[in-house]
Amino acid sequence: MSSARTVRLNIITPDETVFSGEASFIVARSVGGELGVLPKHAPMVAALSIWPLRVDTADGGSHYFAVFGGFMDVQPDEVTIVTPNCEVPASIDVDRAQRAKERAEKRLKERAEDIDIDRARLALARALMRLDVAKYK
Amino acid sequence: MSSAQDLRKRIKSVKNTQQITKAMKMVASARLRRAQMKAKSTEPYAERLGHILQNVASGIDAGAMKAYPLMAVRPVKKTAYVVIGADKGLAGAYTSNIVKYFVHAVEGKERNEYDVLTVGRKPQEHLKHHKYPIYNSYAEFSDKPEYAHAVAIVRDVTARFIAGEVDEVIMIYTHFVNSLTQTVTSRRLLPVETPEEKRGSTGLYLFEPDEGAIFKELLPKYLEITVYNALLQAAASELGARMTAMTSATDNAGELISSLNLEYNKLRQAGITNEISEIVGGANALQ
Repeated sequence: MSSARTVRLNIITPDETVFSGEASFIVARSVGGELGVLPKHAPMVAALSIWPLRVDTADGGSHYFAVFGGFMDVQPDEVTIVTPNCEVPASIDVDRAQRAKERAEKRLKERAEDIDIDRARLALARALMRLDVAKYK
Repeated sequence: MSSAQDLRKRIKSVKNTQQITKAMKMVASARLRRAQMKAKSTEPYAERLGHILQNVASGIDAGAMKAYPLMAVRPVKKTAYVVIGADKGLAGAYTSNIVKYFVHAVEGKERNEYDVLTVGRKPQEHLKHHKYPIYNSYAEFSDKPEYAHAVAIVRDVTARFIAGEVDEVIMIYTHFVNSLTQTVTSRRLLPVETPEEKRGSTGLYLFEPDEGAIFKELLPKYLEITVYNALLQAAASELGARMTAMTSATDNAGELISSLNLEYNKLRQAGITNEISEIVGGANALQ
């Protein structure tokens, strides 16, 4: 059931549907910048960056998700986020993310010849996002 | 004719084999159910992504489309095949069907007109033995593929395609119909073909940041889910084939055991009859 004040949100990964429910406001970061989606938004497709996603529900609560890129398909009454991977705060291993962050930073600082800069940057972005989202446990 | 002792040993050994095939059958059928579920759970993602791709593609005209490196159609001088098979045997004709399909596909082609990327140990061993040009091999995940494996394979083939090493990439895998039927199919991965329908009709859509940027991001993701789906289909097919093979092996062992038992009982009874007649003969001689 979707009233005028909420919009149905589905977050889909290749393995499962991570979230399916009503949202009153969605904040995501696209490749071009941050964008907020309210119910009855015009049809839109956005490419997302590796950045935390905020979902406000009608009861005033906020949920955070770690979204690893992907796309957001916006329809007036339904928003679908398809992403290769999405994690909820409770499932994030903070120690592991911390180690990944240090490793990626070290790699980027040293700039050895045989490393893949793009890959290290992406790894750093993923680790930073995980650490960020894990705060909302 | 073998002795009673030989038969006893034989029966025992067949029984042991039957226990093994029975256990493998049960393991395969339990895992098959999970693999099927997993293959099914990728459907919403693939469907949604295909839907977005269609919407985005319809906003880009055919001329601009050719500018994307993953869609570049070139005269085919060299084809790369991705052959998806199993790591382990004991799955009936599963791997040999895949290999047969591949051999048929490259029939009449020169060595320098194709090469092959294998997934799974069995096709790799087989094709290496027959000296086919193997470019790269992946293994150790044929019955439990993850999305990351698909990402690695896609990265590998797209890099070669963009570098111009190959002009076409074709994937050969087994499509899972049900646990008794699996069909080998092939699908062209690169260059990417997009659905032709309703081009230029969705002016209503907004794009963030713009069609081109989204399209560039979308194509690799589309390939990844296509390959991931193929890996999952192949995993389900492998387990299905193994289950069927192990079911018939267990049945055959059962038949063998009962015929051996019959022979053993005949032999035993013949021995008893023989002994009785000897005793009776001896007793008669004493009278």
